[in-house]
Amino acid sequence: MPDNAPLLEVEGLAMHFPIMAGVFRRQVGTVRAVDGIDFNIREGETLGLVGESGCGKSTVARTILRLYEPTAGSVRFRGEDIARLDGEPLRRLRRRMQMVFQDPQASLNPRMTVGSIVGEPLLEHGIGEGQELVLRVEALLESVGLEPGFANRYPHEFSGGQRQRIGVARALALEPDLIICDEPIAALDVSIQAQVVNLLEELQQRLGLTYLFISHDLGMVRHIADRVAVMYLGKIVELAPSDTLYHEPLHPYTRALMSAAPVHDPELEARRERIILRGDVPSPADPPSGCPFHTRCPMAVPQCATRAPEWRELRPDHRVACHLAE
Amino acid sequence: MPTEIPDTPRTHRSLWVDVWLTFRQHTGALIGVGVFAGIVLAVFLGPFVHDVDPQYLDLQARNKGVSLSHPLGTDNLGRDTLAQVFAGGRISLAVGFAAMFLSLVLGTAVGTLAGYFRRLDGPLMRFTDLFLALPLLPLLLVIIMLFRDTLRNAFGPETGIFLLIVFVIGITSWMQTARIVRGEVLAIKEREFITAARSIGTRERRIVSRHILPNALSPIMVSATLGIANAIITESALSFLGLGFPPDFPTWGRLLFDGANFITITPARVLWPGLAISLTVLSVNYIGDGLRDALDPRLRDT
Repeated sequence: MPDNAPLLEVEGLAMHFPIMAGVFRRQVGTVRAVDGIDFNIREGETLGLVGESGCGKSTVARTILRLYEPTAGSVRFRGEDIARLDGEPLRRLRRRMQMVFQDPQASLNPRMTVGSIVGEPLLEHGIGEGQELVLRVEALLESVGLEPGFANRYPHEFSGGQRQRIGVARALALEPDLIICDEPIAALDVSIQAQVVNLLEELQQRLGLTYLFISHDLGMVRHIADRVAVMYLGKIVELAPSDTLYHEPLHPYTRALMSAAPVHDPELEARRERIILRGDVPSPADPPSGCPFHTRCPMAVPQCATRAPEWRELRPDHRVACHLAE
Repeated sequence: MPTEIPDTPRTHRSLWVDVWLTFRQHTGALIGVGVFAGIVLAVFLGPFVHDVDPQYLDLQARNKGVSLSHPLGTDNLGRDTLAQVFAGGRISLAVGFAAMFLSLVLGTAVGTLAGYFRRLDGPLMRFTDLFLALPLLPLLLVIIMLFRDTLRNAFGPETGIFLLIVFVIGITSWMQTARIVRGEVLAIKEREFITAARSIGTRERRIVSRHILPNALSPIMVSATLGIANAIITESALSFLGLGFPPDFPTWGRLLFDGANFITITPARVLWPGLAISLTVLSVNYIGDGLRDALDPRLRDT
């Protein structure tokens, strides 16, 4: 596992969305989509980010890329705080970080040809023009396993897997250091998922990319990620190397999550004990006091409801936010 | 690597060739182009074939029916109806297109700005509501009274009044377009490819011109085709009120209103300008329909 200096350091990042209501559009509350998270991504690694729907995974991705204005905290990319940049410096930094979106259909402009979609980043940053641009676009399409001749076609002419490859080609165009994959396989067939994940891994090896891989497919994250962060209700509850996390999860939520994922081995699968969580995820507009998980936690003790657990490094490289973990 | 579409790489295709190939398959649009081209040709080349002065008063031949010298008959002052329809068509078409273009540009600009920039949304849409709430007829009266003579002196009687009418129709008919475009832009703005463009580092004006406007094209095209019809009809109404072109200056709307009093004596005076307006509006609508489909790659047959 690569163990270099962090490429991206996220500290106390929070993204609160106001809830407006009434005739005068006054703010009546806030949705705490991301509520103070810390993590870093090391150069060349893949950090998995898992959690159930609505826990704020995608918001983290978009806040890191400054597609949202973060409420608090800092995001340092090679030491430069993205949350404080603006205008031209921010635009230049965008070249270094790109994103692959969940829905390949929605993230491609239906009125642009594949060539102009993949070439747009190059054109916008003044990297290629004319014939040179055409050649670069063809090379990019080839590198994601598409025929260069597809450049003249429109997104609707492609299958889901091919569209996602187009999305990957666009993300690669600027030769970024970090690619944030926001559930890149969730909208694809299982047979196509493997293709796209293999493509991402192959590109990582070839180009030395760093990934933040967001998913709710635990098996896939285990396969691709070096370290995994588990999110619950806008907070990261556990972060550890993926083998450690899958073998000895420390946070009760991680345990419940892991117990819900099927295992490849039928013998192990037969012995798998499921921890069924009761109740629903609380609303991020009104998160529980103390530990956000205490309302559904099978091990909760009274102090869980009153005091927020510390984010502590319990073992080397294994952090968890739980009073009871040891 | 597996690729699901087995096909050889194609040579570069031009967008406009593709558009034309799809447009050609839209029968209604093709008929529309034919009819519209026919009207334009007739209006501009007709006077060379039928060279009667539309203003010539032949008092010997008033309220005449169809004859060789007057194929569509004459009016109560003995003016040739066919020549008047030709002359009126030139003005009506020019006013229709110019006013439509002005209102389209205004409406699209206001709608896009209001839809895209949240801070401008309130002020611009209230401004639009203000225009919608204005009593148009008094407004037109005032504008024309104030500026008619100035413009006439500056550009000559015909060009002056032409500019004034185009301007007046343009600035009083952009509101619907603005509202429709704003709604469309609001919806498109939230689509994921806009987020994708932003994450690439695309500049705002490029996001608008490259991603938002092309996707808002359908309602803009529909507004445009309806706008032509609207402009021709508004010009007729203005002429009827005596605010438009001078009385001796034929336009389709004016001919229609003048002829309405004589509909029992010479129905041809109402029939032909009316037919010309209807056919123009209808054919332009069909052309717009076909163009809208042809410009949408999802509907384009490749």
